[in-house]
Amino acid sequence: MRDSLAVIWSIGRKDLLLELRNKDVVVAVAGFALLVLVIFTFSLNLTPDIAKLVGPGVLWAAVAFAGVTGLNRAFALEVEGNTLEALMLAPISRDLIFLGKALGNFLFITVALVVVLPVFAVLFNLVVFRWEMLAISLLTAIGFSSVGTLFAAMSVRVRAREVMLPLLFLPVVTPLIMAAVESTSHVVNGRSWSDMSQWLQLAAAFDVVFIVVSAFVFQHILED
Amino acid sequence: MVSTAIQPAIDARKVVKNFGETAVLRGLDLSLPPGEVTVLLGSNGAGKSTLLRILAMLTQADSGSVSIYGVDLAEDGPAARGLTGSVLHSPMLYADMTGRENLMFFASLYRLQNIDELIARTAAQVGIESTLDDRVRTLSHGFQKRVALARALMHDPRLLLLDEPESGLDSQSVSRLDDVIDEYRKAGRTVVMTTHIVEHGLEIADRAVVLSGGVVGLESSSPGQDRAVILAAYSLSPEQGPWQGPAA
Repeated sequence: MRDSLAVIWSIGRKDLLLELRNKDVVVAVAGFALLVLVIFTFSLNLTPDIAKLVGPGVLWAAVAFAGVTGLNRAFALEVEGNTLEALMLAPISRDLIFLGKALGNFLFITVALVVVLPVFAVLFNLVVFRWEMLAISLLTAIGFSSVGTLFAAMSVRVRAREVMLPLLFLPVVTPLIMAAVESTSHVVNGRSWSDMSQWLQLAAAFDVVFIVVSAFVFQHILED
Repeated sequence: MVSTAIQPAIDARKVVKNFGETAVLRGLDLSLPPGEVTVLLGSNGAGKSTLLRILAMLTQADSGSVSIYGVDLAEDGPAARGLTGSVLHSPMLYADMTGRENLMFFASLYRLQNIDELIARTAAQVGIESTLDDRVRTLSHGFQKRVALARALMHDPRLLLLDEPESGLDSQSVSRLDDVIDEYRKAGRTVVMTTHIVEHGLEIADRAVVLSGGVVGLESSSPGQDRAVILAAYSLSPEQGPWQGPAA
């Protein structure tokens, strides 16, 4: 168990090291999401009520679309240098490769959220810095990274991968986006944990199911 | 009863691999004894690289069975990969990491101990000490291949798979590669390599296997003596089918 965790951490840490040098993924995700937020801020007549109504939807739609851009890039790096095959040569089970790559993507999305959330709070003039928001963000980032890693691996060898990934990813994460939007809506309206518990439970269940399913399917995707 | 039979380093039985409509391996049988350097020969499309990729577990055979030192690839992949070190066509390295960072990363995946010492030893073995802290992106193809070789050797595998290892290397690097192969042979390890430089391959190998028509067309345990026959079998194109022996 400790060995497996060390391998997962090694792969995640390697992705983080490469990202610190290239800044490909975080800049793409955070930059894209910030642009969407700014465009919506100027295009909507944001009264406090409208901000509370549309803000959560704009935030998570922006993060979901931006996430696709970053996930595409994160896996393309492994294929361009054929390094995915180098990972496959190692005497580790394939699901550890999945979990390591998903950990890397989780870290990227989390860093991007750290950049995006304060800007969202300022532009929409909403209070989002609450523990509930931390829980929502983490659950959503886990779900995005597990589903995204699987579909990025599936689409990376396809010629039209930039089109394929959003087509696969966005329909599947729709329940997670709904849970994130509804929970964030409760947060910006100052409601308590109990009001949003069903949405948080939905997000947690989604994460558990997709981590297990994705880890299983990923091994078969790697073989041929 | 205790079996005294020597366990083959590689035991492939009835291996079939198709890519779409194209049959690359058509029921290949191959058994290679341990402790030898085997050179796999064959014209383009004969299936050499495909066979190496199956042995390295980068691709799966459509049918048939393969075992490495008695470990069935289908039953215990991680154990079989632990016995194997591979250098294939591409160096498969992270270009924005240094050679040392690449080796440290892969050492952690192989769960190796005393990593610093191990890297220093392997780097000396393949002659990359002076470039170990340069980013891979800045290295020549030859040095990238050497780093890839260091990665393959780090865990001291019992079977070394080399796919056209001399391609893109200068004569000094080829000579160092030959030294590594020779050290491996002396240590009783097994090396299986493909090459298109047939003369060089026959010079360093203990055994030559010529693939033709998706099967083993010819196998020789004295490649130096059988040179003429091997060259004749090697020159067959995949369409001509398996080697049928010298013409009467």
